[in-house]
Amino acid sequence: MKKALIFTLVAVVSACQPQGSNEVNLYSARQEALMQPLLEAFTKETGIKVNVISGKADALLTRIKSEAGNSPADVLLTTDAGRLHRAKTADVFMPVESAILNSRIPSQYRDRDQQWFGLSVRARPILVTEAVPATPITRYEDLAKPELRGQICIRSSGNIYNQSLTASLLEQLGEAPTQAWAKALVSNFARQPQGGDRDQIRAAAAGQCSVVVANTYYLANMLASQDNSDDFAAASKMRVIWPNQNDRGAHVNVSGAGVLKAAPNKINAIKLIEFLVSDSAQRIYADVNFEYPIKENIELNQILNSWGKFKADNLNLSKLGDNNAASVKLMDRVGWK
Amino acid sequence: MKHPLTWQVVSLSISALVALPLLTLAWLSVSADTEIWRHLVDTVLTDYVRSSITLMLGVAALTLLLGIGSAFLVTQYSFKGVRFFNWALLLPLAMPAYITAYSYTGLLDVAGPVQNFIRNSFGLEFGDYWFPEIRSMGGAIFVLSFVLYPYVYLLARASFLEQSQHLRDVAQLLGYTRRQAFFRVTLPIARPAIIAGLSLALMETLADFGAVSYFGINTFTTGIFRTWYGLNSVASAAQLALMLLGFIVILLTIEKSSQKRAAYHTKKSAKPVVARPLSGGKQILAIALVSLPLLLGFLIPSAKLLSWALADTSQLLQASFWRLVGNTVSLAGLTAILAVCFALMIAYSYRISQSRVSKWAKKIVGLGYAVPGLVIAIGTLIPLAYFDNTLDGILKRNFDISSGLLLSGTVVALIIAYLVRFLAVALNAVDSGLGGIAQNMDQAARSMGLSPFSVLRKVHLPIIRSSVLTGVLIVFVDVMKELPATLVLRPFNFNTLAVRAYELASDERLADAALPSVMIVLVGLVPVILLSRKIKQ
Repeated sequence: MKKALIFTLVAVVSACQPQGSNEVNLYSARQEALMQPLLEAFTKETGIKVNVISGKADALLTRIKSEAGNSPADVLLTTDAGRLHRAKTADVFMPVESAILNSRIPSQYRDRDQQWFGLSVRARPILVTEAVPATPITRYEDLAKPELRGQICIRSSGNIYNQSLTASLLEQLGEAPTQAWAKALVSNFARQPQGGDRDQIRAAAAGQCSVVVANTYYLANMLASQDNSDDFAAASKMRVIWPNQNDRGAHVNVSGAGVLKAAPNKINAIKLIEFLVSDSAQRIYADVNFEYPIKENIELNQILNSWGKFKADNLNLSKLGDNNAASVKLMDRVGWK
Repeated sequence: MKHPLTWQVVSLSISALVALPLLTLAWLSVSADTEIWRHLVDTVLTDYVRSSITLMLGVAALTLLLGIGSAFLVTQYSFKGVRFFNWALLLPLAMPAYITAYSYTGLLDVAGPVQNFIRNSFGLEFGDYWFPEIRSMGGAIFVLSFVLYPYVYLLARASFLEQSQHLRDVAQLLGYTRRQAFFRVTLPIARPAIIAGLSLALMETLADFGAVSYFGINTFTTGIFRTWYGLNSVASAAQLALMLLGFIVILLTIEKSSQKRAAYHTKKSAKPVVARPLSGGKQILAIALVSLPLLLGFLIPSAKLLSWALADTSQLLQASFWRLVGNTVSLAGLTAILAVCFALMIAYSYRISQSRVSKWAKKIVGLGYAVPGLVIAIGTLIPLAYFDNTLDGILKRNFDISSGLLLSGTVVALIIAYLVRFLAVALNAVDSGLGGIAQNMDQAARSMGLSPFSVLRKVHLPIIRSSVLTGVLIVFVDVMKELPATLVLRPFNFNTLAVRAYELASDERLADAALPSVMIVLVGLVPVILLSRKIKQ
């Protein structure tokens, strides 16, 4: 009886094990549809099959931690640096020494201990319509100006990009000035935060507000949607302002990835990340998803080019992770819903 | 299963399955940081509580009105199309709340076609005219009520139909008008069923994340996720989830104690209620009234979806799209059948033993539905992975073989999480069916030498067939719409319609999300129509 049981177990187990090593298992906080063109290109080039589970970063991280040494995950991919830092703190990543990664990814966009690597840059500038009040807006700090009362549309503080923006200000300005800034910003809201970044652009175009803070790829996606003329018309009304060009630069975040300690296919995992920073993959990031490539000197697509070059904040992105909880608490205190 | 004790053991193990994730929550919350707790109390907690309660009261009022009102009209009167409305009123059940929220926002938002039309035709600017804000508390109550009222409708309708005409005749002999008879006899008898439906709607409301977060309303559930993601504290998030659960327990207890120890039974041979024919203006009014929930809860949002979906139907030709449909249907079907079987065992075990053990088993199983799906998922994930890793460790040490992750990352884990969350739904349906059968039936059957299992199979099941089917239907539709647990627990490369719809919608690609959403609705229609055939009286 006991023997039969063990025998069955072994049979079941061997049936469950991933076959061969020509695979790589990806836990992705980035939506599968967005990753698909990149992963297909990777498989085509290397013959390595990519298995994907997509979901919320924190849930995937919990899954990785619980699965522990038996976790099938090779790579964790997230849409923001804060989560990469969180994964590092949870001690699930392993350091990766790769000349390719080091040469292609600028140092502020990768972890000091080589545990995670940025793959694409996401910028969060200020967008304005014609109706914006006649007061200079050149810095994030200007969003606190009393002249902008009732003019600002921005999504909820539950959103990671707002948390990261506030976290970067916390690092640069310190706690009390950031809180004063956030408080003034909240009093300038045109409406209670709601919807996503595109909804803010739509509301501004419809005249509910004149100043929006949004990630550029949402705007670019709307500009690229010729067939959906409402979105194109709305996005065409927006002008991009790159903030803080005379000082620290515009706030940016990265999507990125790391190789997991327990990864069963470590070599393939590194290959996948290296592929994602290759010229061809970087161009897909720019052309399909309208993000800024992490590698310098990649030709930008026309829409991104139209907004001109900008200086990005070179804050070490681990700080965004360090300050995340503090920034959420700060936003809670000032009533940023 | 001859002996009542066997039944108790079975029902206890099923409830242990549900209790496990809840206990995991308790275990997680032990390490909660008091500093975070103080921060929450000082800043946002009152807001969370206030919004959740407002939302709940609003949804309660509106679902009761819609659910009882439409059930009353279609069972007490006969008018043109009444047979169609009988089942069509269930259709909003197939709409995931967040999808309805998205499509109403697409329509009524400041940048949507309705307000654009107003601005363009009258040459107005934003602010020159009044228009209700869809993304508001009122909007959330509206959307959730029109999606959730079918729970009340379904159970109220079944109860109205089960009541015999004799009761009504007696009421009329006592001098009650038809309306008085409804309020003083029919409604009180249907109360347990209505409460069962309402509690499902409210638990779903409290656990909702998608719709309320899109509307920018900070409820207790959005707070749980904010605490987890934003403050990076699983422990404090677990603590909040337990508080939510405590709140539900209190509500259910109040409900139970206010329900007087009354039991109503009807004999199935009794004459069914005779519906009164309506004509003229009254008929038009009745049709208008029952059309309203159908129109607002189903036709308008699905028309918006359909217009998006038809713009690009290329997905229909892809094999991967049909694999999504296959995954979704098989997962939902399997879970629905398992859930109803488990629910029958628990409900029946309580019926034959009336013991404290099975009473508690029932209570625990009833709680899962109020817990947000992602919380259940984490509560399932952690113990299953622990089990897998422990087993693997033992096998490695003793036999030098590795079992790896046996359950984690498989469909089994997913089904367990679904059962934890949706057993309550099946139990409610089955319970309200069994409750209608008088105990002396059991005694009579047992005295003829039938075992408890045979009594269930030969006597009860045929009588409560419609309740059982109702349970299967609701669980099926619920699983099909389920999202957060599916996201976290699924195996590699395994997608469902809800996952696909959500991923696209959350990337603000509503138009691309429309086709999978329409498919959810279409697949959901099949059981709704089947059910309506089966329970046609």
